[in-house]
Amino acid sequence: MNIVVCLKQVPKKDSILRIAADGKWIDDRDLSYEMSEADAYALEEALRQKEKHGGEVIVICMGPERVRQSIKEALAKGADRAIHLYDEAFDHASDAAGIGRALAAALKDEKFDLVFTGLQSDDYGFAQVGLVIAERLGLSSATIAMEVQPEEGGVRVKRELESGWFQWVKIPLPALLTIQSGINQLRYATLKGIMAAKKKELREVKAADLGLTADDLKPAQVIERAYLPLKSKQTEMIEGKPAEAAAKLVEKLRFDARVL
Amino acid sequence: MSEGILLFIEQRDGVLNRTSLEAMVAAQRMAAETGDKVSAVVLGRDVSAVATEVAGKKLEAVYTVTDDKLASYTPDGYVAALKQAIEQLSPRYVILSHTYRVRDFAPILASTMGKTFVTDCLCFRVEGGETVFTRQIFQGKINTDVRVQAEAPVFASFQAGSYRADLAEAGEQPAPIKPLEVEMEGVRLRTEPEAAFQETKQAVDLTQAPLIVAVGRGIKSQENLSIVQELAEAMGAEIAASRPICDNEWLPMDRQIGSSGQTVAPKLYLAVGISGAIQHVVGMKNSQTIVAINKDPEAPIFDLADYGIVGDLFEIVPALTAEVRKAKGE
Ligand SMILES: Cc1cc2nc3c(=O)[nH]c(=O)nc-3n(C[C@H](O)[C@H](O)[C@H](O)COP(=O)(O)OP(=O)(O)OC[C@H]3O[C@@H](n4cnc5c(N)ncnc54)[C@H](O)[C@@H]3O)c2cc1C
Repeated sequence: MNIVVCLKQVPKKDSILRIAADGKWIDDRDLSYEMSEADAYALEEALRQKEKHGGEVIVICMGPERVRQSIKEALAKGADRAIHLYDEAFDHASDAAGIGRALAAALKDEKFDLVFTGLQSDDYGFAQVGLVIAERLGLSSATIAMEVQPEEGGVRVKRELESGWFQWVKIPLPALLTIQSGINQLRYATLKGIMAAKKKELREVKAADLGLTADDLKPAQVIERAYLPLKSKQTEMIEGKPAEAAAKLVEKLRFDARVL
Repeated sequence: MSEGILLFIEQRDGVLNRTSLEAMVAAQRMAAETGDKVSAVVLGRDVSAVATEVAGKKLEAVYTVTDDKLASYTPDGYVAALKQAIEQLSPRYVILSHTYRVRDFAPILASTMGKTFVTDCLCFRVEGGETVFTRQIFQGKINTDVRVQAEAPVFASFQAGSYRADLAEAGEQPAPIKPLEVEMEGVRLRTEPEAAFQETKQAVDLTQAPLIVAVGRGIKSQENLSIVQELAEAMGAEIAASRPICDNEWLPMDRQIGSSGQTVAPKLYLAVGISGAIQHVVGMKNSQTIVAINKDPEAPIFDLADYGIVGDLFEIVPALTAEVRKAKGE
């Protein structure tokens, strides 16, 4: 069972995000980064499948030099090798069609049974890239996976539906699954893993290697303005030291809101 | 020449998905600004009841696509049928609601047609003939206005709750229901779906709780949960959680609030260390009084809170427990 995992690196969850001077994106100076949450679960699921059924886990990641850190983390956790799409031309791929096109092109000649992606990234949150890859490579697909069972002739997938409902579906291989956070429990890299990762293959791929130009990746969707959401509700902010604020809140809840 | 707006109507077992009506409001408002007309399309084996229901709305037409291969939802069936419907009708826009099902097939559909798909939009505006969509990034922490430069049709899905379903305009007379002929003969359905099911019997029914203290990832570890549990106990409240807490198995899944958990509307919802991502918010936004405690003053949860305290929950929660006990004369 050979599994490709698409990883994306995003600003750490606790980052304080500010708008960039040009008003079109966040100010990305002084940010620290991590693997997008659902992608971390996708990687973990791939590693668990490999431990059960054998095979190889290949991670693929597009982005600037900093994403190496997440690639290395994946290798340290047990992925066998990595592909890094590293080229200024890839910076133009900023919508799901462009990103999916580049990743699909890089996977075209790989031999795999499954491709895992997170169900959506924590930054753009398109919830599309995985399926664009599936469409371009002609793979069967299932989204929002909460359990993965390889079977004779295919894979059985437990899909999450709304409001606590689930559904099993069976699809033939090769297949692409988008993985939901919480499908498993994440592992940490061990020291041994970190040492072993140093010897693993990390292949760099340029746009030209894939026969792609910046123009091919030009987005159809362009962010013309990024801004903090406007408040829709009047929130009464309660100030003061913890004890003071707590006393004021209890007072409000008892006598103004009358809910305590 | 592309014209008109095509609205995808979602149904399961003959029951209309209400978020389709929310998307209908988006489509109708878009039409009011662009001068386009809205038509709806509904897929299935027998969709007459849903089509009739939808035809009562202000629509140019309700197109039905029926086939045995559409009896159960599969991405291959839906993509094949909708692609043909869109090619026949050649709309300028295809509008959907951002449901789990739409997430499962619409990106494939847009990709195979070589079209752009703006997902999970909050709203839109029309500017000089072009449509600018607003969508959130970074889990609702930042909004973006997205301009689309692409050939029609442009696909756009709207987030649950972005428009109010009850504002869908009714028509003066029922819209005509028009069956569309599509070729499904050669379509191979690769997905074999089984019946949908619920995981476990819900042990707790949070929908009945008047007071809820909900805890999120800000709590950092399972051991720390006790401070929130003490607060809940002092208040006589049920404890609930955001998804990461249940994913980590720190609390059982039946305490999860949100799109994949329970939907509640208690008298008081006190959110501790929860950022307020849309998938959480849809499960609690109708609470009567919402209180948020969060160290990040920009956390989206403050957008819907009636009362907010910016600060460290590890200081504020114990202080609050003490105050609640004091108020109750304990
Ligand atoms: C298809 C889908 C379905 C989903 N379904 C659900 C669902 O049903 N329910 C759900 O909840 N989520 C759901 N999610 C996940 C959702 O998108 C968010 O990831 C999740 O709600 C975040 O949980 P959180 O707010 O606890 O964590 P985070 O977003 O990480 O927020 C933690 C918050 O704690 C604050 N904090 C940290 N430390 C402190 C401190 N010391 N004091 C005070 N505040 C602190 C931080 O400022 C931050 O705002 C779903 C996602 C998808 C894609």
